[in-house]
Amino acid sequence: MSTPETARSPLGSIALARSGDKGAHANIGVWVASSEAYAFVLHSLRPAVVAAHFAIPVAHVDRYELANLRAVNFVLRGVLGTGGGSASLRTDAQAKAYAQALLRLELDIPSALLDAAARPPFTKGSR
Amino acid sequence: MTAPTATAATAATAATAATGTVREPLLVGNGQGFWGDTIAGPMRLVREGPLHYLTLDYLAEVTMSILHKARRRDPAAGYATDFVKLLAEILPECHERGIRIIANAGGVNPRACADAVGALAARLGRGGLRIGVVDGDELVGRVGALVDGGELFTNLDTGENLAPQLGRLQSANAYLGAWPIVDALRDGADIVITGRCTDASLTVAPIAHEFGWSPEDHNRLAAATVAGHIIECGAQCTGGNFEGWRDVRGWATIGYPIVEAYADGSFVVTKHRGTGGLVNCDTVTAQLLYEIADPRRYLTADVVADFTSIELHDDGPDRVRVTGVHGVAPTPTYKVSCTLQAGFKAVGQLTVPGPDAVEKAQLTADILFDRLALQRVHFGAAERLVEVIGAGVCLAPGAPAAFIADPPEVVLRIAVQSADRGAVDRFGSELASLLTSGPPGLTGFAGGRPKPSDVLEHWPALVAKTAVNPQVEVREVPA
Repeated sequence: MSTPETARSPLGSIALARSGDKGAHANIGVWVASSEAYAFVLHSLRPAVVAAHFAIPVAHVDRYELANLRAVNFVLRGVLGTGGGSASLRTDAQAKAYAQALLRLELDIPSALLDAAARPPFTKGSR
Repeated sequence: MTAPTATAATAATAATAATGTVREPLLVGNGQGFWGDTIAGPMRLVREGPLHYLTLDYLAEVTMSILHKARRRDPAAGYATDFVKLLAEILPECHERGIRIIANAGGVNPRACADAVGALAARLGRGGLRIGVVDGDELVGRVGALVDGGELFTNLDTGENLAPQLGRLQSANAYLGAWPIVDALRDGADIVITGRCTDASLTVAPIAHEFGWSPEDHNRLAAATVAGHIIECGAQCTGGNFEGWRDVRGWATIGYPIVEAYADGSFVVTKHRGTGGLVNCDTVTAQLLYEIADPRRYLTADVVADFTSIELHDDGPDRVRVTGVHGVAPTPTYKVSCTLQAGFKAVGQLTVPGPDAVEKAQLTADILFDRLALQRVHFGAAERLVEVIGAGVCLAPGAPAAFIADPPEVVLRIAVQSADRGAVDRFGSELASLLTSGPPGLTGFAGGRPKPSDVLEHWPALVAKTAVNPQVEVREVPA
């Protein structure tokens, strides 16, 4: 539930992402601009949440952490079907659009993280 | 931040002793992310600034299957012909400036590719040019024997063994590493043409060669692998396919990526000054996360790189410095990419105007499949896909419903597949008549009736490195 300290907002308000295919699997990398935002992502962007968003079994979602990049990498196993992108009938056979789809996920995001300074694009600063 | 300066000095000294001169930083640019990428990328890399090595990555998994098919029709085909067209534009300048070119354009026929390049070089008066060829990656003729010898080629996605599927096998290529390319460079190759190899190895090879690294320099090889991973998709690290797209300027003249490599393994990702696009920690992070699984174990033929060790530093406009990369010894296997024949498919599209565009699109698809059923043409649930583009095809099922309102129009996209080519052909024949015998306003039927094309199933597997024999040959264009 949204509270005075949080606001229901898409993940894309605080994060950037890129997706692609790896055989039958899709991967989505998500990263944020600050350690506070990263702590929030680690806590709230759980495999179960991502699985529900894409309507796939939670057992098919692996999450890997890259603290050095303030990033998490999701692997959605088997979502592109046996045989991978080259055998798929879909428009998005190579999961190019999955990152866009994940960034629409609505979360109760702390208002402090939604301040302009913490929002993408993060054109300044090192990792 | 770690800066392995002591080892850097050692490596630089060793390389200097070996060759007399070390170019540091070494400039490696990648001008092609896949077959079909623009020719403007590599031309800009060559013509708009300094460069030592130009790499060109032409091979996606599906590309190999297409090339196999081409070679079956014509034994002299099976390589990326775009490469020869590109060389016609840039070869004289590259040769004169000493820019060496490394390309996996050989596809499934690297020697034929080298023949074509040799003929072109002769026409351009480039006597003395040395052309390296790396092959031995192709296993398709040997898979049966290797299976008999105990190699399972277990599908890395599904866990199935290949033996029962051998009759459907179309191609099998091992991803070779950097060292055969290094051998060709050491033998003076101005151009190195490979078949299937790890994409990142195209970048690892020139850096390892110039700095005199050994196969045991795991951290530095891992760093060069990371560099290769960042630039292997061309403009995807210089502003292309980037979520922060509003910050990207100069799209029309987007610069292709350049790595400035140092002997200690650190490097800077950049592009030529004056080109469009954007390089910053975010565009680089995006590409680091592209098509990876476990970031602690990024596997190539050369090394296992740990992506959680990477440190990115803002190094000024359009420059990102990368340090701290760790790696460990590579695995005893090569990845093998196989393709299997899996029937035929066709895709057709119609534009459906509103009002009620989504409902009319669904009805149109139902009518089509009902008519096919009357002709005893059936597609199972897994053999047909109806997508209503404009009504949420690119949304996750859990996205807010508010996005899917009443679109003014949608594109109905129908795809079918079958072991029966005739059934797929019938689908193509029935589509057009819906314009006059379906719901009102159907339009946008362009490009003729959908024709059946082969479905090729990708089968990723592993094979013992000892079972594969990379070959290196260097030829000289006659004076």
